[in-house]
Amino acid sequence: MVIYGVGLLAFCFLAGTYLGDILGALLGVKANIGGVGFAMLFLILLSNKGIDAGWLDKKSQEGIAFWSAMYIPIVVAMSSIQNVAAAISGGMVAFLGGMLGAALAFILIPVLSKMSGK
Amino acid sequence: MDLLAMLAKVLKSNGLIAAFVIIAIVNLIAYKLAGISKGRIHGSAIAILFGLVLAYLGGGSKGIATLPMFAGIGVMGGAMFRDFAITSTAFGADLREIKKVGLVGVLSLIMGLITSYIAGVVIGYALGYRTSVDLVTIGAGVATFVVGPVTGAALGASSEVIAISIAAGVVKSLAVMIFTPFVAKPLGLNNPQSAMVFGGLAGTTSGTAAGMAAVDPKLVPYAAMTATFYTGSGCLTFPSIFYFITKAIFG
Repeated sequence: MVIYGVGLLAFCFLAGTYLGDILGALLGVKANIGGVGFAMLFLILLSNKGIDAGWLDKKSQEGIAFWSAMYIPIVVAMSSIQNVAAAISGGMVAFLGGMLGAALAFILIPVLSKMSGK
Repeated sequence: MDLLAMLAKVLKSNGLIAAFVIIAIVNLIAYKLAGISKGRIHGSAIAILFGLVLAYLGGGSKGIATLPMFAGIGVMGGAMFRDFAITSTAFGADLREIKKVGLVGVLSLIMGLITSYIAGVVIGYALGYRTSVDLVTIGAGVATFVVGPVTGAALGASSEVIAISIAAGVVKSLAVMIFTPFVAKPLGLNNPQSAMVFGGLAGTTSGTAAGMAAVDPKLVPYAAMTATFYTGSGCLTFPSIFYFITKAIFG
């Protein structure tokens, strides 16, 4: 059933967020430390297990796949609720930061490719 | 009978559902435009740019959701649905594929995250951002337009800085889409190995997919193989390791 997949996803999400909060508290920062990352790890491990063992059937997988397909639309919604009016002054940071990030990535391609060749 | 007022009431009292319609229309227009660019520019980047424009038009601290009629978009794009949907993208990552990525793939992922961090922190610092939360959020945004807001929200950054981080991610994504075809040859980006390295370094899934497709569609899966893990690794490392590094440097 579709809800099994949604339920598994929701469980992983909550478990990851919880772990992120605990980690934040342990490290003495008022922040969620890597919660979404942990949730993704849980989902990879559990969904792979579920598919191999057979308890995560096609229908259940659709429950997760739906949310995965909603990811970009939700990111679009997220973009549209930010304080862009105030951020315009920081537009230069965004532009230069993004450009420099892309440039550094490009420059390193031949370096790392060569390493893999050996 | 005031039909317009009645419509506004329906939209207001069914905010989340109204958001689905509005975001669907935004996506439709964005992907149509992407079609005109013949796939050179991925629809998702255009859609997110449109989102930022909508936020600007909304004018307030909550972007378009500042207007009560569009408050539902605030629910759809809020932290809960966002983190839920981001988590779901990990589904489909095959453990066997992860093993195939190998040492070079992992190394390029790590280098990709580090270079994004450096780019964001250097530029952010140069242009006047000083707190470690702001700097690491901007760095995370350079990584991808998703890692930025996730990191910013986890560390309690302001919406303004989060907006900058999203924009930085979109700029990088667009830059990768546009420039990849031009630099592919001099950089030796023409085989599966270098495509995997490229995916790990650049990270933006939409950027690498669109950029790679313009070079050689057969190489897209190799670039995607490493790029897929980029956002997840970023969400894991930016609010933790990178944040602590930043704190250690900038206090």
